[in-house]
Amino acid sequence: MTAPILEAHDLVRHYLVSRGMFAPPGTVKAVAGISFTLEEKKTLAVVGESGSGKSTLARMLTLIEPPTSGRLSIAGKDVTGASGAELKALRSVVQMVFQNPYGSLNPRQTIRRTLEEPLLVNTDMPADRRRREAEDMLARVGLRPEYADRYPHMFSGGQRQRIAIARALMLRPKIIVLDEPVSALDVSVRAQVLNLLSDLQQEFALAYVFVSHDLSVVRHIADEVLVMYLGAVAEHAAKEALFSEPRHPYTRALLSATPMADPGRKKERIVLTGELPSPFDPPSGCVFHPRCPIAFDRCRVEKPAITGTSGHLTACHAAAAPVPSAA
Amino acid sequence: MNLLEIENLSVDFETRSGLFRAVDRVSLTVAPREIVSIVGESGSGKSVAMLAVMGLLPKTARVTADRLTFGGENLLGISPAARRKLVGKDIAMIFQEPMSSLNPCFTVGFQIGESLETHLGLGRAARHTRSIELLEQVGIPEPEARLRAFPHQLSGGMSQRVMIAMAIACSPKLLIADEPSTALDVTIQAQILDLLVRLRDEKDMGLVLITHDMGVVAETAERVVVQYAGQQVELAETVALFDDPHHPYTAALLSALPERATEKRLPSIPGMVPGQWDRPAGCLFAPRCTFAAEICHTRAPAPCGADLGRALCHFPLVGGRPRLDLATAGAAR
Repeated sequence: MTAPILEAHDLVRHYLVSRGMFAPPGTVKAVAGISFTLEEKKTLAVVGESGSGKSTLARMLTLIEPPTSGRLSIAGKDVTGASGAELKALRSVVQMVFQNPYGSLNPRQTIRRTLEEPLLVNTDMPADRRRREAEDMLARVGLRPEYADRYPHMFSGGQRQRIAIARALMLRPKIIVLDEPVSALDVSVRAQVLNLLSDLQQEFALAYVFVSHDLSVVRHIADEVLVMYLGAVAEHAAKEALFSEPRHPYTRALLSATPMADPGRKKERIVLTGELPSPFDPPSGCVFHPRCPIAFDRCRVEKPAITGTSGHLTACHAAAAPVPSAA
Repeated sequence: MNLLEIENLSVDFETRSGLFRAVDRVSLTVAPREIVSIVGESGSGKSVAMLAVMGLLPKTARVTADRLTFGGENLLGISPAARRKLVGKDIAMIFQEPMSSLNPCFTVGFQIGESLETHLGLGRAARHTRSIELLEQVGIPEPEARLRAFPHQLSGGMSQRVMIAMAIACSPKLLIADEPSTALDVTIQAQILDLLVRLRDEKDMGLVLITHDMGVVAETAERVVVQYAGQQVELAETVALFDDPHHPYTAALLSALPERATEKRLPSIPGMVPGQWDRPAGCLFAPRCTFAAEICHTRAPAPCGADLGRALCHFPLVGGRPRLDLATAGAAR
């Protein structure tokens, strides 16, 4: 087994939020204790609704924000105690691709400048080499090198997302955090970008953290899946195990709510009532219990620990112990 | 009798560089209690076609059709006053992006009450009671308190429910839902789609569902129209369309879905949707089509018969293969 390239242990991120002039500031527990490891050439998918803390997690992994507590190590180096220079070096190991390719590219820079910028800032590569690298990378993501002198508005959504991916690859990172990379794209283009991502993963030995809410895409691309609910892990398992045998009621509800392109399929739909509770005032016990169809008394008072066997971890009383028949 | 009948609806926009055809000869009927879905990628003209029915297009749009009727009434030459009586009452629409479709300056109660006052002439007290009833119907907790809320105080799912409450306020005969669940999380999306189907059952509405999500289509619609670059390329019953698509675009679209893929590599459609400048001379899909023959590049196809899903193709597919013996008259010649 290869050593993990990314290791997170009990990551926590709190935000202090002002709640008016006279009220004391409130604490939002955006991410409350997340642990996982990720190896080279593997894809970890992070799934959850908006407000579940996926983006905060992505920001911590890309070193945009430091964790409030917990340990994070990238390529064997501990990030939490690293100095400024070390952090700078580590930042080029983790790169990010953002959700909206219309907003993440600078409209006033040519594609060439966009692609060369990471090299200009982080390396002392001479200009002609930067130029060549940028053109090579464009070709790698399936765009013509002549496109380098064009501006972002001249490209379609799928092409822009290819450019964003090329930019993330310029520093030859080992980890790429993809924040909903295909959710803004049409079906036919989405397939092209997903194929490109799996090609690049093999070629550059990349590890992906794939943040998404689309379970059909996750099922296609992921090796492992982490289901988040209100900042905490609900379920963490290998893809096959999670999709064939989901243990957490939230995962089951998510799976049943995802529309499938198969009109003949009869299925029982678990429709969750209500919405995600406010992170200011999370429910007692298991954070999912107000919406859970099988919640029992214990769930309202005791927070479930993350337990499980052979890599299939669940934070649920009902999944850990036999469900009382009254449920 | 059909509620909505559209025959060869085209919409052209006057642009500085000439006319741009956004919708090209779309035909569709919707019966009461029927759920018809229009699918297509962005730019396929699916929203524009329905906005034309509603009469909500800007002045630069030119709407032409052989037939465009709602409940027997011709919508083409209708006077603005007559249209105002119809739209919002008998035909209602739910718009994309609930967060930006509600007016941020007015309370939810005011915005729901507006159409009740205009169309039904209800008084203040009656509007209040009816609004509470509507919010209850769409599953908003504490409806009375919510009436005083402003849109920014609501979540995306709640705003979408308010939009639906506004649309069904006057018990419309036809509800057009334009991507009603796209901006929402899957669990909320499931709630909204269930709500729409339930309302259809209770109120005998016809429902037109505009979406780009094949999964949503498969689970809700009874009939499907597939649009590509403004043209209607296929029209079929949902089950038939998913079992045996007749147009190569539909087939390619379905096989590009990750949940239908059998291998690690997804079959993708090469190239892009043609824009205003690079419209091909023949079939609009020909440059991206795996089955394209010579004639596809030179001559625009005519729609096939109803048994072939009215596929707009010279060589419609049967069982995933082009059937040369079924080739349209234009291709055979």
